[in-house]
Amino acid sequence: MRLNGAQIFVESLRKEEVKVIFGLPGGVVLKIFDVLYDYKDPALVLTRHEQGAMHMAEGYAKATGKPGVVLVTSGPGMTNTVTGLADAYMDSVPLVVFTGQVSTNLIGNDAFQEADNVGISRPCTKYNYLVKDVNDLAQTIKEAFYIATTGRPGPVLVDIPKDVSMNQAEFNYPEKVYIRGYNPTYEGHKWQIKQAADAILKAKRPVLYVGGGTVFSNAFEELREFAELTQIPVDMTLMALGSFPGTHPLSLGMLGMHGSYASNMAIHHSDLIMAVGSRFDDRVTGKVSEFAPYAKIVHVDIDPTSIQKIMDVHIPIVGDVKCVLRELNQHLRTSVDGRRKEELKPWWNQIEEWQKKHPLTYTQEKNQKIKTSYLIDRLYQLTKDQNPIVATDVGQHQMWAAQHFKLDHPRTWLTSGGLGTMGFGFPAALGAQRAFPGRLVLAIVGDGSFQMNLQELATAMDHHLPVKVAIVNNGYHGMVRQWQDLFYNSRYSASYLGTCPDYVKLADAYGAIGLRATKPDEVDGVIQEALKIDKPVLIDFQVDPHENCYPMIPAGGANNEMILENPAELQKKEKEKAGLKKAGNGEKEGVLTA
Amino acid sequence: MEHIISVMVENKFGALSRVAGLFSGRGFNIESLSVGPTMDPSISLMTLVTRGDDRIVEQITKQLNKLIDVIKVVDLTESAFVARETVLIKINAKGEDRAEALRVTDIFRAKVVDSTPGTYTIEITGDTDKIEAIINLLRPLGIKELVRTGRIAIAREDVKTTVQDKSQDKSQDIKRVGT
Ligand SMILES: Cc1ncc(C[n+]2csc(CCOP(=O)(O)OP(=O)(O)O)c2C)c(N)n1
Ligand SMILES: [Mg+2]
Repeated sequence: MRLNGAQIFVESLRKEEVKVIFGLPGGVVLKIFDVLYDYKDPALVLTRHEQGAMHMAEGYAKATGKPGVVLVTSGPGMTNTVTGLADAYMDSVPLVVFTGQVSTNLIGNDAFQEADNVGISRPCTKYNYLVKDVNDLAQTIKEAFYIATTGRPGPVLVDIPKDVSMNQAEFNYPEKVYIRGYNPTYEGHKWQIKQAADAILKAKRPVLYVGGGTVFSNAFEELREFAELTQIPVDMTLMALGSFPGTHPLSLGMLGMHGSYASNMAIHHSDLIMAVGSRFDDRVTGKVSEFAPYAKIVHVDIDPTSIQKIMDVHIPIVGDVKCVLRELNQHLRTSVDGRRKEELKPWWNQIEEWQKKHPLTYTQEKNQKIKTSYLIDRLYQLTKDQNPIVATDVGQHQMWAAQHFKLDHPRTWLTSGGLGTMGFGFPAALGAQRAFPGRLVLAIVGDGSFQMNLQELATAMDHHLPVKVAIVNNGYHGMVRQWQDLFYNSRYSASYLGTCPDYVKLADAYGAIGLRATKPDEVDGVIQEALKIDKPVLIDFQVDPHENCYPMIPAGGANNEMILENPAELQKKEKEKAGLKKAGNGEKEGVLTA
Repeated sequence: MEHIISVMVENKFGALSRVAGLFSGRGFNIESLSVGPTMDPSISLMTLVTRGDDRIVEQITKQLNKLIDVIKVVDLTESAFVARETVLIKINAKGEDRAEALRVTDIFRAKVVDSTPGTYTIEITGDTDKIEAIINLLRPLGIKELVRTGRIAIAREDVKTTVQDKSQDKSQDIKRVGT
């Protein structure tokens, strides 16, 4: 069948079962958009900014496990995708991004809207292509999807010059791909796995340190079985949330900079760390030289470069988390026979002590401003039965969401971890909602972050994506202000946001619904109201602008050196406690605690 | 420690910049890099000279392996190898100095490949010691220009040359430490 490049593009995507393309047109991709005009499948979601398209595709990919697809024009269209590419590369999100390019005979001549797309994207893609001949197009698309979705997933960019989309070629979609320099290892080394099983059973203070790789490899059942067989406490990274049930008794919640006291103390004191699909990021380890000083490390990762990069690893296992855990479980099933619970009793006693000593709590007084921690807990309590998908932006609200929104199901947590991209949350939520029209999708966004991609409200309206956006309106780049409070004498250089839109009016301007809560006792009401509305809803939660997020390990600190509470508040509380004791009154009126 | 790493890559547009970009992007040191075709026209061979402690060099080889255009990576420094470099040296050579230059050239079994009334251009191939030595002897005569190819190297024993199974190489490349 002879087709032009644009038709080959669309037919290839159909072969890949692509259901939706997020994108924005321009001169050199008009031919492709023209062909797409006749198709319902794949459908096109026109965004208002290419960055929006990228994060939507990421949200779509994270929620479904399928690759997200983006189509944009050359020059500025491509350059607007760079943040999304870097974000997806850091967080291993499978994307295939198609960019337009000037015609092959013009490349290198500084033509109108020309940019060196493969040059610009090389360091932030898993691989990229410039298709110079229409005869290579189908093969290239096949390879791009293969590379994006296998091994450690990541974004792949395919640059298509205008003439390539116009020229004709015979269309044969390849059935198979073989790339001699690319053969990811899935099955772990058997002997190493045996070693790991032995080490796990010998350990007295083991900790499972779960990373985002568990999500990409869909290893949820294997992970749960492994944890239950071995009775190992589970620490999750920001990226791993949801891969193991947050309400499971073995879960210690998130570890790292804003992780729970128990999770950080446990990893610090452990004698064996079982790291699966995690990469010892500095937000997890803090000061590397003082990280887990007593532990032997087993590290399972599909990416060999992650192993031995930061820490000395005693038992490295290159492989897919799912395959390796399955194999490990087979060893363990026959050998544990329930005795681990008894053996680990002292360790669990210690952990429970830590959990009791410093649980993740907050204090919300009725006559005070809304605390974000309280707001997140209410969102959680009022929606948990619906198994919502939760997207966040980057900042304090993200960390509170990670702490208080307990996710029990995989692929329900969309957040930008490695790159920490403000503006990610709202479009990511839209992408997930596009994949799952019937599900509840929440976007918990910062007021600073939301303003980086709020233009996508129009996309939400056009495509009937009824995402519920909780705007944590503290009037600040809150996380920046927190660091300024802690390390820069509260000199709020460029962290106060000044002019911000009236979010209720903003929603109205787009035809969406705007709601507002300014007091703690209004929180439940607006959440319940929002949940009833089948439209995008912006909820302006006017929260305490000075609440800070704890616990916190200062950058470069060790994991057993957490700041547990705001030092000033701590003093105040101690005083109050003393006062209350005198009055012989144990409880205080009007205080809501978690 | 210095390592000489031999990297077999797809002979494709962009492959060189992926390797070069890896070094600059991750802050790895690169002392020299030379590229040429192989017996198989679809494959090029790069010889990289780099420096770093064990962990860095392990990262370098793993990161190189991770590049999709890379077919095979061999750290030659791990076993016996032969390394050579070619240098062209243009020196001032007038009067008395012309004879001295020829003597030095002779001792090192180098070659004069071009001559003008005021200069000689000398070609020398050898290992680093030999090259440093001749440069030191020629320096007093006045070196006008010097061009080096960067080192190329080859293993003395037959190295396993399976190009198909890079993944296999990778999982076995991981060293066990500690315990
Ligand atoms: C694109 C981008 N620019 C800058 C930063 C640095 N940064 C990290 S958190 C933060 C403040 C976020 O403010 P907001 O979205 O209001 O969230 P809050 O911390 O107030 O909850 C900033 C500026 C970033 N992460 N991303
Ligand atoms: Mg804010």
